Amino acid sequence: MEQLIKDGRRIDGRKFDELRQIRIEAGVLKRADGSAYMEWGGNKALAAVYGPREARPRHIQNPTRAIVQCRYNMAAFSVSDRKRQGPDRRSVEISKIMSEALEHVVFTEQFPRASIDVYIEVLQADAGTRCTGLTAASVALADAGIPMRDFVSSCAVGKVDGQIVLDLGKQEDNLGDADLPIAIMPRTKEILLLQMDGHLTIEEFNKAVDMGMNACMEIYEMQKEAMRKKYPGD
Amino acid sequence: MISGITKDYICRLAADGKRMDGRKFDECREIKIEKGVAKNAEGSTQVRLGDTTVMVGVKMAPGEPYPDTQDSGVLTTAAELIPLASPAFESGPPSPEAIELARVVDRGIRESKTVDFKKLCITQGEKVWVLFLDIHVLDYDGNLFDASSIGALSALTDTVVPANRFELGEDFKLEVEHYPVSCTSVKIGNAILLDPSLDEETVADARLTVSIDENGDIRAMQKGLNGSFTLDEIKSIINISKIKGDRIRELIK
Amino acid sequence: MMDIEEKHREREIVLPGEFLGENLKPGTGVYNEGKQIYSAVFGVKSVRANMINVIPLGGRYIPKINDCLIGTITEIGPSSWLVDINSPYPALLHVTESPWRVDFGEAAKFLNIGDAVLVKVSSVDETKKVQVTMKDMGLRKITGGRLIEIAPSKIPRLIGKGGSMISMIKKSTKCRIFAGQNGRIWLEGDEPSINTAVTAIKKIENEAHTFGLTDAISKYLEGK
Repeated sequence: MEQLIKDGRRIDGRKFDELRQIRIEAGVLKRADGSAYMEWGGNKALAAVYGPREARPRHIQNPTRAIVQCRYNMAAFSVSDRKRQGPDRRSVEISKIMSEALEHVVFTEQFPRASIDVYIEVLQADAGTRCTGLTAASVALADAGIPMRDFVSSCAVGKVDGQIVLDLGKQEDNLGDADLPIAIMPRTKEILLLQMDGHLTIEEFNKAVDMGMNACMEIYEMQKEAMRKKYPGD
Repeated sequence: MISGITKDYICRLAADGKRMDGRKFDECREIKIEKGVAKNAEGSTQVRLGDTTVMVGVKMAPGEPYPDTQDSGVLTTAAELIPLASPAFESGPPSPEAIELARVVDRGIRESKTVDFKKLCITQGEKVWVLFLDIHVLDYDGNLFDASSIGALSALTDTVVPANRFELGEDFKLEVEHYPVSCTSVKIGNAILLDPSLDEETVADARLTVSIDENGDIRAMQKGLNGSFTLDEIKSIINISKIKGDRIRELIK
Repeated sequence: MMDIEEKHREREIVLPGEFLGENLKPGTGVYNEGKQIYSAVFGVKSVRANMINVIPLGGRYIPKINDCLIGTITEIGPSSWLVDINSPYPALLHVTESPWRVDFGEAAKFLNIGDAVLVKVSSVDETKKVQVTMKDMGLRKITGGRLIEIAPSKIPRLIGKGGSMISMIKKSTKCRIFAGQNGRIWLEGDEPSINTAVTAIKKIENEAHTFGLTDAISKYLEGK
């Protein structure tokens, strides 16, 4: 059995509560109303926002507010075993929970009958693509000038060789004992996305969530920095 | 949807030998090529042609040969016009535009024998290398044909066959034997413009894509849109494509 | 629309969710939870007479009554046209709101798909269904010239205090310029003058948030 933790360090040399390297850039696409590109460890994701725009087909329009439609998609060449075109069940589920997280922060009442379309494209996958996508989507929404209560910051925590560790890498995700992606609204610490699979005691869960939420606050700082960089000190 | 005023403006400029962005008729926008951008792909490239951005990835896996070419590898090309790239693109199965784009790029690569598929045979009649070319459009500002073709050729030059992963020996670099470059022009009134921007494409009457190899020979052609060309116009486009194609080839190699 | 060229303002760029202050009156671009006020958009903070606003740096155009806009016809009905006003909400132009007498089914004779028009927003209901009119001074079909688009949030900066910025450009280039609240701008004049005006407008769009813009534009125009 492969040892995932050795001498207090993980296989890629990180400490238990250390994030992989992250880079966020806002406003990278010409056509989209807002966009963001993010690199997180070996993940590469592009998020784009179109909206608010007329919701189509007509029958999905809500007369009192905008709907937020998020579409998470992986490029065919983003993974080791080529992924076929079109949404698979995993993508559909991720799209749904992302839409729900973002819908909570957007002031949808300001745009009746409209749709705010968020597209997340994974170009290179390395465990944690949904956290990468959601974090980038939040920046893209701000870049598009969409009114929101706050950003949405996301990160995953896991358990590996009995240790609670932050931001699982690919091997840790495949061979670990638990995976817990979360997303929060940084100002109020409200939890907007939460999934878990594996095996955790209640104590382990509490420790994991704590670690995850702290990391989300760190990521929030990076999201803000990405937006501020658009208008460097004048 | 383009307004009548803007359409008239573009046509006026064209009749006067000018273009909206100040380019000459036979001038391409700035091309930026970045190889190896998708590490899970066997080969990849991101191409920026002006503000049009396309990412092309090559994935390879062993598979069955076609019944009529039992000793050759297989090439299959697909294009995704993802809604992220333009308000005009919708989610769903590939549109006729996406399919045409994939087939034209495929033809350029296949007909020029860019890759010798006989070298991708593992066991005759049973197992060959299948090469998947996936064109992923990220930002649409005109001329997807050229951006995608440049991306496809460049991704192939970046490709390493993953033999090790499938226990078929050592990884080896994919050999690129020919370098076809595609050049697309549109006709607006009587003017022929190379490398159309999005607005120029929207207003154009007809479009011609020509793929020429490093020897100056034609490998693939595709006429699009519902207008027409005279034979002289086509010959002129072939000539421009040859000259400009040579310059672009140097950027890819 | 809030004028951002004024003396004692604090031109600070803020982000959604950022805390702005307490016990102030909340204006546009902000929201409050109890007495605390937070920014709702990525924009410029502006405090004026105890009211706090955030002027968005982006965002699409949302129609407001009496706004003058440039629209393009996208659909023709038996007694109306559908107008694209660069907004999530298309606008309806009824034939009775046009300057012509249009018989039933004859709308295409007067305005066709792709035609550009100067219109005014006459009504917006609570589901944001929009109606526009051409029956007011200066409103008409526009032909010729050049049509460009900038971010709608930058239009106030282009117009300037009391129209000062746009007047400066008009005077200097001798072009007719109409800037719609929806980010669309129509120019008429000779080619080189239009090009100069367009460059000045694009410069304003990119530097709307900076100080000393009026001087910079003035200098650019003088140089031409």
